[in-house]
Amino acid sequence: MQDRHTFRKKTVPLITMISPVTAWLILLIALPLLYILVISFCGTDDAHNIVFHFTLKNYAKLFDPTILSIYSNSLVIALLTTVICILVAYPFAYIMASTTPFRKTLMMIFLMLPFWTNSIIRLYSWRTLLGTNGYVNLLLLKIGLIQQPIEMLFTRGAVVLGMVYTLLPFMVLPLHTVIDKLDGGLHEASSDLGAKPVKTFLHITLPLTAPGIFAGSIMVFIPCLGYFFVSNLMGGGTSQLIGNVISRQFKEAFNWPYGAALAIMLILITLLLVRIYTKTGGKIDDLGVM
Amino acid sequence: MAKAIVEIKNVNKFYGDNHVVKDLDMEIYEGEFLSILGPSGCGKTTTLRMIAGFEQQTDGVITVEGERVENKEPFERNVNTVFQSYALFPHMTVHDNVAYGLKMKKVKKAEIAGRVEDALSMVRLEGFGKRYPAQLSGGQRQRVAIARAIINNPRVLLLDEPLGALDMKLRKQMQIELKNLQKQLGITFVYVTHDQEEALTMSDRIAVMSGGVLEQIGTPAEIYEKPTTKFVADFIGETNLFEAVEAHVRDDGTVCLNAEAGELTGADPRFSAAELVYLSVRPEKTLASESPVTGFSLRGTVRENIYIGTVVKSTVVLQNGQEIRVSSIAGAPVPAAGSARYIHWNPGDAVIIHSKSNTILDLMDSLDLGAYVAGGA
Ligand SMILES: Nc1ncnc2c1ncn2[C@@H]1O[C@H](COP(=O)(O)OP(=O)(O)OP(=O)(O)O)[C@@H](O)[C@H]1O
Ligand SMILES: [Mg+2]
Repeated sequence: MQDRHTFRKKTVPLITMISPVTAWLILLIALPLLYILVISFCGTDDAHNIVFHFTLKNYAKLFDPTILSIYSNSLVIALLTTVICILVAYPFAYIMASTTPFRKTLMMIFLMLPFWTNSIIRLYSWRTLLGTNGYVNLLLLKIGLIQQPIEMLFTRGAVVLGMVYTLLPFMVLPLHTVIDKLDGGLHEASSDLGAKPVKTFLHITLPLTAPGIFAGSIMVFIPCLGYFFVSNLMGGGTSQLIGNVISRQFKEAFNWPYGAALAIMLILITLLLVRIYTKTGGKIDDLGVM
Repeated sequence: MAKAIVEIKNVNKFYGDNHVVKDLDMEIYEGEFLSILGPSGCGKTTTLRMIAGFEQQTDGVITVEGERVENKEPFERNVNTVFQSYALFPHMTVHDNVAYGLKMKKVKKAEIAGRVEDALSMVRLEGFGKRYPAQLSGGQRQRVAIARAIINNPRVLLLDEPLGALDMKLRKQMQIELKNLQKQLGITFVYVTHDQEEALTMSDRIAVMSGGVLEQIGTPAEIYEKPTTKFVADFIGETNLFEAVEAHVRDDGTVCLNAEAGELTGADPRFSAAELVYLSVRPEKTLASESPVTGFSLRGTVRENIYIGTVVKSTVVLQNGQEIRVSSIAGAPVPAAGSARYIHWNPGDAVIIHSKSNTILDLMDSLDLGAYVAGGA
């Protein structure tokens, strides 16, 4: 009785509402993914055509030492980027949550403004700043701090900088959400009970905003593994990411099955991270993506 | 007994141009239960927050145990607060919430465990240590908030409408528990409320505030029976108020006054001739008779009688339209609705309140009145 009622009341409208969306998802996401999964088990002939016979050799190649080192390089860059994003975004989000509505809007606009231009164009502007003949070097030479231009571009540091620059808003937004929701009364209570500000931060603020740090980290870490264009523009050829290898298999080496296997591996890593996130109490909704 | 533990001297508080606490002068005694009572927005919370250290007074001095506190942060003051919203830490168990203050003071773990047990049993929450605040009822959260504060052995406990969120029955029960707790601990409670019944039943003394001004501070009996301002007379309990000027003092010492409603009589001649005063008479002291009484010319018509348990509340409408409330013990003869009655009282039962317009005189007179009350008691 109850079941039939909820079925009619909830499930039926849900199906009718979801079906166009479901169709959309199947067409644009599930089917291509399925294709990637299938060809990751295939081989190629001499003309780079996909040959449909089952093989695991693409996956075996993943354990090649060069590929493993690229994976670890990617993870290190993603980790560095995430940590720096947390350190930069936390104070920013904190100030944004505690300032006047006008300043908050202003900060939000500055945060989102870069999104209105293509990120590749924005990264190019970093190149004009950081290049050997870039403005930063010119300035440092002029004031005599250095005699030779410093190699700033095409380093791992430059890649991390580019990543932080591109992904920072994804850290700020979830952090701002949790910090904004904090009950100021809790800080007063903590202070009332004898806690100095640092202790209040460690015992009250930090644990209560941890979900935001967590959500932001997922939002930064995962794209970081795949943003090959950042590594291309800021790192030149020096810093290989998984994303670079994948893109090369599809665009230059024309070994689609191998590229597919690499991509599947990346998806598995991503799923694993999201799984850890939800297992430890994180909510998919907090990520703001689904 | 009357040793001050908190002294508030000439304190003002402005929020921008908004003057929310005005020239506040108040002493809070060691071991007393003091309520700060007043309507919404009168500055009760602000006063409490200045004592706790969450707000800085604009000027004036606040001392706790004789020490000026303006440069002390909340975590350096030996007072604790029970917040209206409880402000329990949602990510900590009841045990960790209660232990928080001791942990911050680096008390040893073994000692903390024992003291948390004691504090929880004091608020009758034994065995709740492992729960999280979200798993408690409103009343239980309230108790955790109290346990979390008292475990620190504060000299002064500040409570901001701690029972505001509870239903009537639980409120009554918690009132008794809080009062007992205060007696048991022997510490000073400063208790903010806008519920006068609560203040009257629980407090040793009540400070009545209105519009940022301390109207009167005194025992519940003083506040109820000898209000010194019109606001207090009106705010505390029910009363019949008359605005009047003195006509003449009679030979027996009673004063004859003229109000809009007619002639009336009081017993306190301590005011200057032609001064505007208020005269307040409680409904239970107000009498309605069939024939005129000397010294009074307040004629009216009985509009209705309402039976409330052991008392009957009658409303008499005077000729000028003023409504007079008369309460009498059920069983005594009650005037029929529609019948004419003459309102009067025993002159000694009327409280004469000096109007605020004459402040210096007002101040002198209220000092006099204090002496008079003390002498008469
Ligand atoms: N942070 C603030 N900024 C500006 N004005 C404030 C602030 N806090 C309180 N006020 C104002 O000060 C006045 C007194 O506020 P307060 O909170 O002390 O009142 P209250 O007596 O506790 O009232 P209630 O019974 O409603 O809690 C109010 O007019 C309020 O609007
Ligand atoms: Mg208040």
